[in-house]
Amino acid sequence: MQRYFKTIRLFWSTAFASQLEYQLNFLIELLAMLGTLLGSVFILSLFFTGGRQLGDWTWESALVIQGVYTFLDGLTNALLRPNLTEIVNYVREGTLDYVLLKPIDSQFWLSVKKFSFAGLPEIILGLSIVFWAAIQSGSTFSSYSLFVFIISLLIGFIILYSVWFLIAASSIWFVKTWNATEVLRALLAAGRYPISAYPVILRFIFTLVLPVAFLTTFPAEAILGELKFNILFFGLILSSLFFIFSRLFWKFALKHYTSASS
Amino acid sequence: MHNNPSDLIVVDQLSKYYRVANKQPGFKGTLKHFFDRKTYDVPAVTDISFKISPGEVVGFLGANGAGKTTLLKMMCGLIHPSSGLVDVGGFSPQRRQTAFLKQITLVMGQKQQLIWDLPPMDSLYVNAAVYGLSDHEAKVRINELAEMLELGEELTRPVRKLSLGQRMKSEILAALLHKPSVLFLDEPTLGLDVNAQARVRSFLSEYNKRTGATILLTSHYMADITALCPRVICIHKGKLFYDGDLDSLANSLSPSREVKVELKNPCASEQFKKYGAIQDLNDRFVCLLVSRDKLTDVVSNLLTDFDIIDLEISDPPIDQLIGELFIKGEVN
Repeated sequence: MQRYFKTIRLFWSTAFASQLEYQLNFLIELLAMLGTLLGSVFILSLFFTGGRQLGDWTWESALVIQGVYTFLDGLTNALLRPNLTEIVNYVREGTLDYVLLKPIDSQFWLSVKKFSFAGLPEIILGLSIVFWAAIQSGSTFSSYSLFVFIISLLIGFIILYSVWFLIAASSIWFVKTWNATEVLRALLAAGRYPISAYPVILRFIFTLVLPVAFLTTFPAEAILGELKFNILFFGLILSSLFFIFSRLFWKFALKHYTSASS
Repeated sequence: MHNNPSDLIVVDQLSKYYRVANKQPGFKGTLKHFFDRKTYDVPAVTDISFKISPGEVVGFLGANGAGKTTLLKMMCGLIHPSSGLVDVGGFSPQRRQTAFLKQITLVMGQKQQLIWDLPPMDSLYVNAAVYGLSDHEAKVRINELAEMLELGEELTRPVRKLSLGQRMKSEILAALLHKPSVLFLDEPTLGLDVNAQARVRSFLSEYNKRTGATILLTSHYMADITALCPRVICIHKGKLFYDGDLDSLANSLSPSREVKVELKNPCASEQFKKYGAIQDLNDRFVCLLVSRDKLTDVVSNLLTDFDIIDLEISDPPIDQLIGELFIKGEVN
C-alpha cells in the first residue's frame, strides 16, 4: 500500500515537471480554464435574473450545484482526462506491454499516472463556491453534513470515473475509440443544473440510467443538509457496483488484449 | 515431460493462433467486412518445445513475421498461448504474478517506456517506486548500471534531446533497475549505429557474466547473435527450425570455407581445380571454396605451389547462410 502512495507521489511530481517543460502551454491552459469558469457563472446568473427559479432551487443553492460541477470538472481536467484519454495511445503504440509487466495494478497505473495541475484552481474555486453559496443560502454545516458531502462527492466521482474508464478500456478492441471525452463532458455538463430543473423523464434517466444526479445535485443537497439518507445509501451501492464493474471489465479487456496482440 | 530443476524456462508444444478477418478492397468489400465477417485462424507459433538453463544467452532467429516476437511475448506473459505450456522459473507467465514480474524484464527496441519530456532519471525513480526499491537502493543501482552502460549526464537531460543510442541505453537501465534474472530483449539494437550496437552488446555480455542473468534475445542484426549467443533457436513460419549452438549451425549450413588468394603472377584456372571449387578467378585473384577437413592441407599446398602475396580464409557470412536456409526451408 505504501508502495502505491510513493508511486502516486512520483507519478504526480514527474507529471508536474513534464508540464513545466512547456511554460507557455501551461499558462494558456490556466487562462482557458478561467474563461470557461467565468462563462458558466454568467450563464447561471442569466437564469436567475427576474427572480426565476430552476426547479425549486434558489439562486444560492443552484450556485452550490455550479460549485460542485466546477469541482468535478476540475477533477476531470486534473485526473480523468489526462489519464483516461491516454489509454488509447498505450494500446496503439504497444506501450501497454510495459505497464502490464510492472508488478503494480495496471488499472491503477493507467488511472493515476498523470496529473494536470491546470485542474487545481478549478478544484479550489469549485469548493469555495460551494461553501460560500451554502453559507449564503443560510445553511449551517455540521460535521455530519460535511461528512455526508464528502462521501457524496466521492460517490459522484467514482461513478464518473468508472463510466469513463469503461469507455476508455473499450479502446482495447476498437483501438481508436470514438471521442469518449466529449460524450462524458456532455454527461457532466448536464449536471450543471439542478436535477429538478429537467422534465420528469430526464430526471428519472439522470438518476437511474445515467447517474448525473449523483454527480452534482446530491452532493449539493448534502452540503445544504437536504440529502435523504436512503439516497446516500443507494449511491454508495451504485458507485461500488460501477467501480467493481469497471475492474471486471478491465480484466476481461486485458484477457482479450493478451490473447490478440502481437 | 517434466522438469529438470536445472531448467529455468520450459516451453512445451507451444502454439499460438491469431483470429483474423480479411477485407476485400472497395466499398462492397467494406460492407461485407462489416456485416458478414469471415474469420479464420492463422498460426503464429506451432508446436514449439525447448528448455533453457539459468544463465544462458539464447538468440532467436527468424525472418519478419516468423513468430519470434509472439514466442517472446508468450514467455514474458503478454500473450496467452492457444495451447501448450510455458514455465518460467516455476511460474506460469500469463498469470503475471508479482513475484514473477519482479524477476523478469522486457526491452523492446521499437517501443519506449521513458517519459519523453523529462530526463531519464525521473522515469528511473518512478520505476524504482513501482518495484518497491528504496531511494537509497535505487541510487546505488542506478550508479552501478550507469557506469556499466557509460551513461553520465545524459541521465539528467530530457529524453527527447538524447540520441537514439543514449536513449536505448537509458531504456536498458530502466529495464534492469529491479535486478531481473531473466531478460527478454526484442530487437534491442534496432536502428542503432554500429558503435552503439557494439556498446549495447558488450554491456549485455558483461551483465550476463556479472549477474548470471538469463538473456533471451531477438535481433535482425546477425552481429548481435554471433557476438552474444552461444545458442540459437531458429524459427521459420512459426515452427522450430534449429536449436543448438551457433558454431555447429554454421558448420552444418556450410561445411566449406572461403579461401581467397592473391597471386604474384596470373595463373590459369585449371591449376586450382584440384584444391577446391573455384568461386571466382580474376587475373591474380582466386576465391576457392574448400571443405573444412581439407583446409590445412590445401592452404599449405597452395603456399608451396604458388607465389602468393596474400591469403585470407573466412566463413561465408552467417546471415547469408541463414537466409539461404530459410529459403530452402529444410530442417536440419
